[in-house]
Amino acid sequence: MSQATQRRGLGFYLLAAFFALFVIFLYGPMLVIFILSFQGPTGGLTFPLRGVSTHWFNDLWTSTRYGDLGGAFRRSMVLGAMSLAITAIVCLFAGLAFRKRFIGAGPLFYLAITSLVVPGILLGLGISQLFQLLGFRLNWWLSGLGAHLSWTLPFGLLIMFAVLNRFDSSWEEAARDAGATPWQTLRYVTVPILFPGLIAVALFGFTLSYDEMPRSLLTVGGRNTLPIEISNMTTNVTTPALYAIGTVTSVLSFAVIALAFAGIALIQKRRARAK
Amino acid sequence: MSRSSGRSSPLTPYLQVAPLALIMLAMVGIPLITVLLLSFWQTDGITIYSEFTWDNYAQVLTSPVTLTLFLNTLKYAALTLIATMLIGFTCSYFLVFHVRNLKWQIGLFLLCTIPFWTSNVIRMVSWIPFLGREGVFNQALISAGVIDQPLDILLYSDFAVVLTYIHLFTLFMIVPIFNSMAKINPNLIEAARDAGASGWQILWTVIVPLSRTGIALGSIFVVTLVMGDFFVVRVMSGGQSASVVSAMKNQIDQLFYPEAAAMAVLLIVVVLLMVSAILRIVDIRSELAK
Repeated sequence: MSQATQRRGLGFYLLAAFFALFVIFLYGPMLVIFILSFQGPTGGLTFPLRGVSTHWFNDLWTSTRYGDLGGAFRRSMVLGAMSLAITAIVCLFAGLAFRKRFIGAGPLFYLAITSLVVPGILLGLGISQLFQLLGFRLNWWLSGLGAHLSWTLPFGLLIMFAVLNRFDSSWEEAARDAGATPWQTLRYVTVPILFPGLIAVALFGFTLSYDEMPRSLLTVGGRNTLPIEISNMTTNVTTPALYAIGTVTSVLSFAVIALAFAGIALIQKRRARAK
Repeated sequence: MSRSSGRSSPLTPYLQVAPLALIMLAMVGIPLITVLLLSFWQTDGITIYSEFTWDNYAQVLTSPVTLTLFLNTLKYAALTLIATMLIGFTCSYFLVFHVRNLKWQIGLFLLCTIPFWTSNVIRMVSWIPFLGREGVFNQALISAGVIDQPLDILLYSDFAVVLTYIHLFTLFMIVPIFNSMAKINPNLIEAARDAGASGWQILWTVIVPLSRTGIALGSIFVVTLVMGDFFVVRVMSGGQSASVVSAMKNQIDQLFYPEAAAMAVLLIVVVLLMVSAILRIVDIRSELAK
């Protein structure tokens, strides 16, 4: 950087303070509910802490007041896993296709963007009414999964575009010239090179599905996903159990993010060493 | 474009894109058409009949509530847009032009984006212990001697709604503005400085114009997210305020599907007008292609 020798002025410290405040604003409230989820058995929704316990976490698993949390959690995990796999595979091939010209590329791209900007509940209304018109039953693993894919696929596609932007297709040509079949080129050249990007796409596939609520609401049928159960709890539950479930699901999200970042970092480290 | 070899058939891209196209048509295209159809169909409150009618639109357009709902939603969108734009621009500016170490730059950028991968519902809920009557904020103000009585307007108010929007959506501003700013050639700023421009002049005449694609993209995200929300309004206003979509959600809960669909179509028209207004100011497509 050309300014590296310049001294840091007042502007830098003011901006740094502003940025620090923003980060506190971003993470502070979350930190508060993590702390409050360890509230003692007699504690309430706000400070002071009346002792420290894991009472409310136990309450989540043992009490029947909170509906089918275990089942909702299981369904959300399965949906997340399915979205992860489908998003990664579908977006990989779609990204490869968009490198070439094909009829309908423009409309398909706009359809994907439309899916991102349309209010989720509206799309959920459309999907649920479509299923009803066709006489299909709403199920979390079909209409619900479809609603989740309408959210994860466009994001995955955009990430894939960014990933492929930096991909040098002369690697593929070299493989072809060396006599590789298209399948071998994909399996041994394209996918390994793109793998860190594919991890990022998969991360979006899982977390966006796992936390999705507006699109799921009308499409999952009788059995709820975890975000729907939690959003119901926000109006019914007035104990720190609400924070406990928040802590559990956030810890899981952070673990998945950490896993994805660690995977990407590991591959890049290995590549740097191989050079 | 890569040189195509003899083995790669012209059908390849169609096969590769087919799964995406099928899912998008089945789960986005056709459902949206379904909503459009539904908005023209009749209902007696129990069953829906596939007979054409303008009644749903007449109902929605003549109801005085509709205008109030749209104005209220636009107010939320405008307040959130201004706040997220200022915060997003300032944070991106700091990251791009003041953090000189690339590792720190990426690290701090990721720090801003990580909450995107966690639950919005939980991030919203986490404001409740902060803003309540006995919440952290009131307790801090009372113990600091600023106020004697806890403030009631913090939670379950328009303030809480907009604050939550800012909390949830600022990162949709930061990411595109950061991207635009990172593409600005540092030599341009150097040249402006050599030509005698002050810091403010550089900001207004070089950096802001060159970040306009990011600002426009971020604005589209924030506007559509706020206009499409029903949950934050419902919970954080304590049921005292409503937005277009939260009213639509109520109609859906009462099984007034055709009316809800008419409202939805109206909302989409308004959102599309706003998006095209933003696109008129900034030609995102040609800017992105650069």
